[in-house]
Amino acid sequence: APEDGAVRTLPSLRRLSRALPFGRSHGRLGVSSSGRLIVPAPSSQEKADPQKTAFLLRKAWTLYSVTPLYRFRRGRLRDYARLLGAFIAAEKQKGLAVEVGVELDIKVALSSLADLRGSELDQDALLVQLSSRSQASSKNSEDKVVWSGWFCSVFGDDLSENVPEHFTCLPLFLTHGAESYTSLVGSWFQKTFDCCFRRLAISPLNLSWMVAMWAGCKLDRAASAVELVFSVPRLAQPLDISYAIHPEDAKALWDTVQKTPGEITQEEVDVFMDCLYAHFHRHFKIHLSAAKLVKVSTGIASAQCDGIVKILHSQYLPGVLMLLTELAISQIQ
Amino acid sequence: MQRSSRARKQPLHAHHKSQTDLSAWRKGGTIDSEKSLQSHQSANDQKYDSQEESLEQALSYFEKVQDCVALKKQSVPQKHLDAVESTALKQGLPPEGFEILLNIVLSGKFADTVNTRLLKSLIPASVIPEDSVVKAVSWLCVSKCSGNIKLLFLKWLITMFDYIDHKEQLHALYGIFFSFLQDERLCPCICHLLYLLTRKEHVNPFRIRRLLELQARMGMQSYLQALLSLYKLFCPEQVTITLPGKMKTYFKNSDGPWKAAITAVRQRNQGPSSLSQTLFLGTAQPRSRKRKWNAQLVIPASSANTNNLEDDREKCFYLYSTNESFPLEQLHTFPQLLQNIHRLEFPSQMGSVLTNPLLLHYMNCVKDESIYLRLYYWMGQMLQEECTWCMVDNPYEEEFKSFLETVYKAECFLQEGFSACEEFLYKTLPLWDGFCCRSEVLRLLSWIPLSSFSDIKSYLYDPLAQLFFTSSIYFKCSVLESLKELLQNWLNCNAIQVDLESSSLNTTLSGLVNGVAELVRFVGWISTVGLRLENNSMLLLYFILDFYEIVCDMYLKYNLPLLIMLPAGIFYPALLSMDSVNLNQLCYIMYRTNLVAAKENELCKKKMLQFKFSDQTYQVYNQYIIAMVGCLWTSSAFQKDIHPQGLHMDDELLSKTAVKELRNSFNIVYHPAMMGYSIQFLQQICPDDTTFNFKLIKGKKWNWYLEYLYTQGLKGLKVFIESSISRVSQASCNKAGNAEA
Repeated sequence: APEDGAVRTLPSLRRLSRALPFGRSHGRLGVSSSGRLIVPAPSSQEKADPQKTAFLLRKAWTLYSVTPLYRFRRGRLRDYARLLGAFIAAEKQKGLAVEVGVELDIKVALSSLADLRGSELDQDALLVQLSSRSQASSKNSEDKVVWSGWFCSVFGDDLSENVPEHFTCLPLFLTHGAESYTSLVGSWFQKTFDCCFRRLAISPLNLSWMVAMWAGCKLDRAASAVELVFSVPRLAQPLDISYAIHPEDAKALWDTVQKTPGEITQEEVDVFMDCLYAHFHRHFKIHLSAAKLVKVSTGIASAQCDGIVKILHSQYLPGVLMLLTELAISQIQ
Repeated sequence: MQRSSRARKQPLHAHHKSQTDLSAWRKGGTIDSEKSLQSHQSANDQKYDSQEESLEQALSYFEKVQDCVALKKQSVPQKHLDAVESTALKQGLPPEGFEILLNIVLSGKFADTVNTRLLKSLIPASVIPEDSVVKAVSWLCVSKCSGNIKLLFLKWLITMFDYIDHKEQLHALYGIFFSFLQDERLCPCICHLLYLLTRKEHVNPFRIRRLLELQARMGMQSYLQALLSLYKLFCPEQVTITLPGKMKTYFKNSDGPWKAAITAVRQRNQGPSSLSQTLFLGTAQPRSRKRKWNAQLVIPASSANTNNLEDDREKCFYLYSTNESFPLEQLHTFPQLLQNIHRLEFPSQMGSVLTNPLLLHYMNCVKDESIYLRLYYWMGQMLQEECTWCMVDNPYEEEFKSFLETVYKAECFLQEGFSACEEFLYKTLPLWDGFCCRSEVLRLLSWIPLSSFSDIKSYLYDPLAQLFFTSSIYFKCSVLESLKELLQNWLNCNAIQVDLESSSLNTTLSGLVNGVAELVRFVGWISTVGLRLENNSMLLLYFILDFYEIVCDMYLKYNLPLLIMLPAGIFYPALLSMDSVNLNQLCYIMYRTNLVAAKENELCKKKMLQFKFSDQTYQVYNQYIIAMVGCLWTSSAFQKDIHPQGLHMDDELLSKTAVKELRNSFNIVYHPAMMGYSIQFLQQICPDDTTFNFKLIKGKKWNWYLEYLYTQGLKGLKVFIESSISRVSQASCNKAGNAEA
């Protein structure tokens, strides 16, 4: 398999080599990008203000990939918010005329999140928040955020370096809130910036990468258990197997597996998983390798195969986003 | 129909003219699809015809009714009423029916039950003429009908609003409608209608005052608020009252009994093409099925890009003139495109160009990278998300098929493949079962662009070969057909490019030659194996030779310095084929692969000098020609054939077969593919002889026989014999014929 010998940096990595080798340059088929540069963890970690991104943590985010936005202008966020607000109101009114700019029950805010980027080519992340006006209609009371979503790109150079002017690459879109709002916001972005959204599922292979990468990370405070959830296929009744490991044990195991600090290879991930499987088999006589890995959770983040992630630790936010950006790009290209 | 001429006699305002044209075009569209529908359902033809007839009778009856008529069972009016109802629900009513039926309904000639039934069956097949509605409103003013009918009519009008062909006169009747507000029962409906009709010029202080009075009298009614808020939107300075910002649904659902019927009629009339039809009109209808918001295989409707309307700087960059841009929604004809081409903009969603031929024309004119990139992203995501053999349990195969079909048609229109499509094929061919959406996928293959991309073998040829060898003969034929189209497209595109940039030719030419050569070799390989797998099937051979008919033109017709002979594994099965069509085609191919001319050409064209055809090609060509002439003409195939895979056999071995007249057995008289012709020929020249003495065909009769064969459509044989025989044998046809005898 081509992924053999793929090298990853830790905790963040430059590029998955197992994506189909369709490096695109301007709509022509190019050569596969086989170079696996090892880029140090983003320096933005230091300058990032944890306060500003704190609200992104400990929430379940649903993942989407987004193709580049056409003619998105950072300077017009206020206008976009106004139009999006009117669009949402109009959709809720089933097509009746809605005045743009009047007070509506759903308030839309678009803003840039400056700290969430990796390379120079990355655009600032874009936050969209919908809040409902409180019923009391008193101006002082706080609006309640009913839905939020953000577009971001962390080391998304594979996409952005090939895209001409007028396109904005923010390939990863994360939402939290009612699906109906996601659909409204998504539809508006699709119409306005000619982009496409797709749910970003995470394959069992990628989940095993995640658990290996995250199990090896150092955490200052006492971390929660490393947990892997497997689903057994082809049963009349759904059967999930949860496999929890003490984080220190997981880290100890990983340290014996990993050869070069700062790099991960597919082989190491395989060995790590095989050890876990063997241990489980010794005790329960169940071959977990025959089941499907559907969820992993560690002290750093948790991820589900249907594309829902929860990031727990601000220090590793850029690293996790980098991996997700990479997955999103491989879905677009 | 006779009534349509009457309708046209009515004077039209000048500004209606273009709209009338448009509506005629729209009607044309529906009629066309009606026709095609009928051709599909030929069984229903008669039923439809008789239905049309009875509708016509019914309409002419209703047109002539003078007095009040009571409806009885089995009576004449009952029969006509049934006819109208059943036609309306099945096909919808033609535009000319509305005036007649609205007259009847609103003039109060029949009882309310009849009027209600008629109103409920007023379903348009295409459009509703504005005149009929205007007349109906005048009937409304004289109040001949009951309040119930008035109300139902207004509801009908609101539902049908979008189907009225134009609305200028209706806008002129704004005041009339407004006056109906005083009727408390009609008020909600009238408000809704006014909401649809209101333009800025309709708002004036009198009307605002009137609405406020009504509101004071009737309380805060949502329909009044709706109208007031619209007035306020148009003239905020005149409407000073504050309206509650919180909006509920203004109008009760007044779709009445019609909405479902309209949808049903539309679907039936437009058939499977409804998607493209509605898209072209820019009125994509919402899907009834619930689907994921981000993965609907709905090609977006073309609508103007609103994103940059407010931005002047952007405009200057994007448009070539300072004129305002032309709204895409109004672009319906080719002349419009030509007149406004300098102030057109691409739609906000590029995907919509696929179903809009005018925008595809425009795309051909504008060489902007971003339009291709937008299309690339959109199409790539659509194809991947909806691919029926990649996504488990995707139940929308028909939809995906029609999407692939649309993409293919657009590619044919543009004469150019989409890169998203190419990638999609490369990614999914290894997973394809060769069954799902077969013809659509194979057709898309033919637009894969020729590129210097060297991995085409592993992405295209390898998965295709696997499918080819393991699938039925029909699949094999379809693959060959697609690859033939692919080769043709490559050659055509290259021919255009060579004309355009003959200077920079040398850099790209070798890449092109290599790509084409690789394709031809691939087809040669799978064909050879395929023929063996299918026992030299004549059908398969036919498709293979079809491909080589293009190959043999590469040098002379397409100016490509490339000569590739068909492999022996194809040549000999074709030469010994039982079927005259294949033999004839082989002769034609050998005639077109005219290496003698090629060699002369090669010497003339200095720039082609770097591409020398290998001696081996000439050698193989000569061996083939010798084998063919030996077989068909000089009856010496077994002696003279020198191809290693050829027919050469020792005399000793041949004598052991104990077959008489062995030497002749593959000439044009005895060849199994030709035997039918020689028998018929013999029957014509000696009708009495039933012994079929083939030896009679010699000398003069040999020439007659040749003439006879040529008249039977064996043109390939003709050109081959005329060009090759004289050259090879250095003798006249006459002598050759005699020599054989």
